Amino acid sequence: MSGRHRTLAIAAPFAWMLTFFVAPLAIVLKISFSESTAERPPYAPLFEMGTDGGIAFQPSVSAYLLLLSDSLYFYAFLGSLRIAAVSTFVCLLIGLPMAYAIARSRPERRNLLVLLVMLPFWTSFLIRVYAWMALLKPTGILNNVLISLGLVDEPLPLMNNDFAVHLGIVYSYLPFMVLPIYAALEKMDWTLVEAAADLGCRPLRTFFAVTTPLCWHGIAAGSLLVFIPAAGEFVIPDLLGGPDTLMVGRVLWTEFFINRDWPAAAALTIAMLSVLLLPILAFQRMGVDTDRP
Amino acid sequence: MTAVRVGFPRILLGLGYAFLYAPIALLVIYSFNESRLVTVWGGFSTRWYGEVLANERIVDAAWLSLSIAAMSATVAVLLGTPAGFALARFGRFSGRTVFAGLLAAPLVMPEVITGLSLLLLFVGLEESIGWPNERGMATIVIAHVSFTMPYVAIVVQARLAGFDRNLEEAALDLGARPLAVLRSITLPLTAPAIVAGWLLSFTLSFDDLVIASFVTGPGATTLPMLIFSSVRLGLSPQINALATMMLVAVSLCLVVAAWMMGRRQTVSS
Repeated sequence: MSGRHRTLAIAAPFAWMLTFFVAPLAIVLKISFSESTAERPPYAPLFEMGTDGGIAFQPSVSAYLLLLSDSLYFYAFLGSLRIAAVSTFVCLLIGLPMAYAIARSRPERRNLLVLLVMLPFWTSFLIRVYAWMALLKPTGILNNVLISLGLVDEPLPLMNNDFAVHLGIVYSYLPFMVLPIYAALEKMDWTLVEAAADLGCRPLRTFFAVTTPLCWHGIAAGSLLVFIPAAGEFVIPDLLGGPDTLMVGRVLWTEFFINRDWPAAAALTIAMLSVLLLPILAFQRMGVDTDRP
Repeated sequence: MTAVRVGFPRILLGLGYAFLYAPIALLVIYSFNESRLVTVWGGFSTRWYGEVLANERIVDAAWLSLSIAAMSATVAVLLGTPAGFALARFGRFSGRTVFAGLLAAPLVMPEVITGLSLLLLFVGLEESIGWPNERGMATIVIAHVSFTMPYVAIVVQARLAGFDRNLEEAALDLGARPLAVLRSITLPLTAPAIVAGWLLSFTLSFDDLVIASFVTGPGATTLPMLIFSSVRLGLSPQINALATMMLVAVSLCLVVAAWMMGRRQTVSS
C-alpha cells in the first residue's frame, strides 16, 4: 500500500476518535467548571466577553464542592466500586472453570461451546435484565415455584436489593470474563500441565500453581472488561436495585435527567473517570502489549 | 483420575450454561402465556405477538432502531477496517501506542460517560456552529459509530494477524500491483472479519439504551428506549413477545453469519 493510502487509513479513524471521543471528554472537563443555571443549555459560559472587549475566564468549582458537600456522592462511588469488585470476583469464580472446561474439551467441540458463551452477549442486554425481573419479582417465577412447593410461606425479597444487582451484573458480564481467559488458555503450553501431573502434582494444585499463572493475562483482561463497565452500570441498578442501591452511574443519570444539573453531572463524570483511570490505562496497556506485531 | 479431572469442570460448565440460558428460556416460554399476568401461566396463546405487531409505537421504534443500526454499522466498518489494517500491518508507526489506546478505551468506557460527553459535544457544536440543530437519528448514528468502530478494528486486526502473509508476498513477487493484491487477496481473506464486525456493530447499536438516551432528541425513540420505559412500569406480556422475536432474529443472523464465514473459509483456504 502506498504512503498516501497508509496515512489515510490511519488518519480517518484517528480523526473520528479525536472528534467524537477525546473532544467530548475535554468538553465535559470544561463544563464541570461552569456554574449551573436555569437557562438552555443549563450551564454558564466559561469564557465571557467583558465590557472592555477582553475575554474573562471564570472557572467555578461549585460543582465539585457540591460533590464534596453531600456524602451521597461518596457513598455512590463506594457502592459502585464494591458492587463491581464483588461481581468481578464472582464472574471469575464461575468464568475460570468454564473457560478451563472449554479449553480442555475436544477441539471440534470448542467452537460450538465458545459460540454458546457468546450468544447471550449478542442478545439484547435489556432483555436479559428483563428476564431476571420476571424470575426475581415478589410475584415472579422463582417465588411462585418456591411457594407452590411449600418451601416458603411468603415471597422472598429477591429483587430491588443489592443481591439482585450483583446477580444481574454477573449474569450480563460473564461472557466478558470467559472469552479472554479461554483465549489465553487456548494458547497455553499444556505440556507444562502434563509435566506437573507426571511429577505427581495433584490436579487442583496444578490448576492453581501452573494453569492460573500461565493464563494470568486472560484473567486480568477479563476482570477489567467486567469491572470497569460494571462500576459505571446504570440499567442494572435501576431495574433490579432497590431505592437504597447507590451506584454512581445511576446518580449521574438522575443528576442529568431529573435534576438537570449539567455541571454536577459533568463533575461526576470527571470524578468517575479519575477513579477508573488506572484500570482503564491498565486495560489499554494490555491491549497495546498483546497487539504488538 | 482423568475422569475426575475432566468431570468437575464439565459439571461447572453445564451449570454455567444453565445459568446463562434458563432465564432466556423462561422468557420465551412465558411469551406464549395467555394470561396478562406475565409470571402466572394461563394457557398457550400467541395473542401478544399479534398485539406487538399491531402496536404502531413499537413498530416505528423498531424501524428507527434498525435504520440507525444499519447506518452506524456501515460507517463503523468503513472506518474500523482501515484502523484494523493499520494496527496489524503498518508496523510501529509513530503514534501507534496512542492510536491503539484510543481504540481500546471505548471498549471499557462506562456508557453513561460516553453518552453524556457526546451530548455535551453536540450541544456545544449547536451553540457555536449551529449544527446539529436537532438531535435524533443523525446524532445517535455518530455516537454509535464512536463506540462500535473499535470492535470492528479489533476483529479485523485479529483476522489479519491470524493469516499467512506469504500469499500476499507471493502475489507481489509475481508482479501484482499492491492495490490488486489488496483487492483480490487481502480483502477476500478479511471479508469474514468485516462481516463479523458489521454484525457486531449492528447488534451493539440495536441494543444500546444508555448512549442513545443521552444524545437523542424529542422526535426519536429507539426500541430499547421504548422497552426501558415500559419495563420500568412493570412486566408486560407484550415485551416478552417482542423480546422473543428479537431473540429469534438475532439467532437467525448469527446462524447465517456463521454459515457464511464457514463457507468463505473453505473457499479461500
